[in-house]
Amino acid sequence: MTMADQLIHHLLIPVLFILAILLPLIISVAMFVYWERKVIGWMHVRMGPNKIGPLGMLQAFADVVKLLLKEVILPTNANKFLYYLAPMLALVPAMAAWAVVPFGPETVLANVNAGVLYLLAMTSMGVYGIILAGWSSNSRYAMLGAMRAAAQVISYELAMGMSIVCVLVLTGSLNLTAIVNAQSGNFFDWFWLPLLPVFVIYFVSGVAETNRAPFDVAEGESEIVAGFHVEYSGSAFAIFFLAEYANMILVSFLASILFMGGWLSPFPESWGFIGHGGFHWLFIKAFFFAFLFLWFRASFPRYRYDQIMRLGWKVFIPITIVWVLVAGCMKYFGWVHLGTGA
Amino acid sequence: MTRVTQYFKSLLLIELFQGMALTMRYMFKPKYTMRYPMEHIPKSNRFRGLHALRRYANGEERCIACKLCEAVCPALAITIDSAPRAEDGQRRTTRYDIDLFKCIFCGFCEESCPVDSIVETHVHEYHMEHRGENVVTKAQLLAIGDRFEQDIAAARAQDAAYR
Repeated sequence: MTMADQLIHHLLIPVLFILAILLPLIISVAMFVYWERKVIGWMHVRMGPNKIGPLGMLQAFADVVKLLLKEVILPTNANKFLYYLAPMLALVPAMAAWAVVPFGPETVLANVNAGVLYLLAMTSMGVYGIILAGWSSNSRYAMLGAMRAAAQVISYELAMGMSIVCVLVLTGSLNLTAIVNAQSGNFFDWFWLPLLPVFVIYFVSGVAETNRAPFDVAEGESEIVAGFHVEYSGSAFAIFFLAEYANMILVSFLASILFMGGWLSPFPESWGFIGHGGFHWLFIKAFFFAFLFLWFRASFPRYRYDQIMRLGWKVFIPITIVWVLVAGCMKYFGWVHLGTGA
Repeated sequence: MTRVTQYFKSLLLIELFQGMALTMRYMFKPKYTMRYPMEHIPKSNRFRGLHALRRYANGEERCIACKLCEAVCPALAITIDSAPRAEDGQRRTTRYDIDLFKCIFCGFCEESCPVDSIVETHVHEYHMEHRGENVVTKAQLLAIGDRFEQDIAAARAQDAAYR
């Protein structure tokens, strides 16, 4: 291999691949914000943004421009270094986690064997950004929001981890591509059916992990204004916003990959085009889960803080632990159909 | 028994699914939003907006400077000065100011007026750009009356049966 070949294989192609993931991700975050405002508006029998661009579709981009043009205010006695570091610590894991997400049978940036572990590590990293943002702002509200967010994220990480363990028990692999391949078969062979309670718990924990309604006590605008990012303005706030929505999209993709068969088609092969798998199926499934986030937000009032903790520790974790055993039995006695790779 | 049913109700998230079904139904309902500058809600013929002074059909101003409106005004927004008119010695106003910042749009001036001179029109979209423009003078009020006379007369005619 010549020097040029090596450069192309190890530098140019990965960098282009990264761009091909991140640019659409950022644009979809903007469109997701627009879609959120639109859906919540519709559910409130309003119209949502409809002025800027056709059907208001450029609203999110107008907001981005507004935020980037605004001043980033540094509060008095704030820890300057940590204050500016925190948004980046929130954003980097939210973006880095996408490295192992498989978009198709061959389409994955890093087909690592410990993909699930990497994902858990990256999503847990995000909480550092939140804690540091709250602490370095030198504001009581921000501090309270950060404490709430941290406690909540750590509690629900356990339930989330345990529910992923159920998937691992069935597939016997930490590789996300292998997890999807293990689900191959028809719609009812996907893991959502044998792992139904765990699937629900995984997604609800994902909602809690990303501090979204109804688990958004970390923002709790009626009590603590906006939580950990009260003091952030302009582009620093925009970065937190981007990280939060990127995480929501990530959780949606992971729910589709771990439980809904990733890129696999729900229809049999013989149905022609719609029977073949492909990344469009992954996007359709992820879109549905992303829609669920908005649907929850439009439907449910905010949980009280002690209720959130009770739900996480006394309901979700016991159920997932029980279901790990059930999943073990399923695997041992061969009650589930497993596709290739398991 | 109720505790058991309660337990399963909450475990199976039944009420949450009911709530989500409700919001999903509302998502497809027609929206109540009025796209304001393009669409307007209908106004009552008793709508109380910007004030106007009316004239008779022959061009004579109706106001006879009885000052009932000034007396009844709860916000003290009306200021009237009067004097015999130079040409024919009739009692007329020399000054008729309404401070729109003080006015609470109660409509008492309109009700108290014996000659239907001071009225409140349907106009509610107006603004001021400079300090002092909130005080509307007699000339301005008459001009508003001239401009919207048809509208004013139509609204009065519709409401006449109830007055």
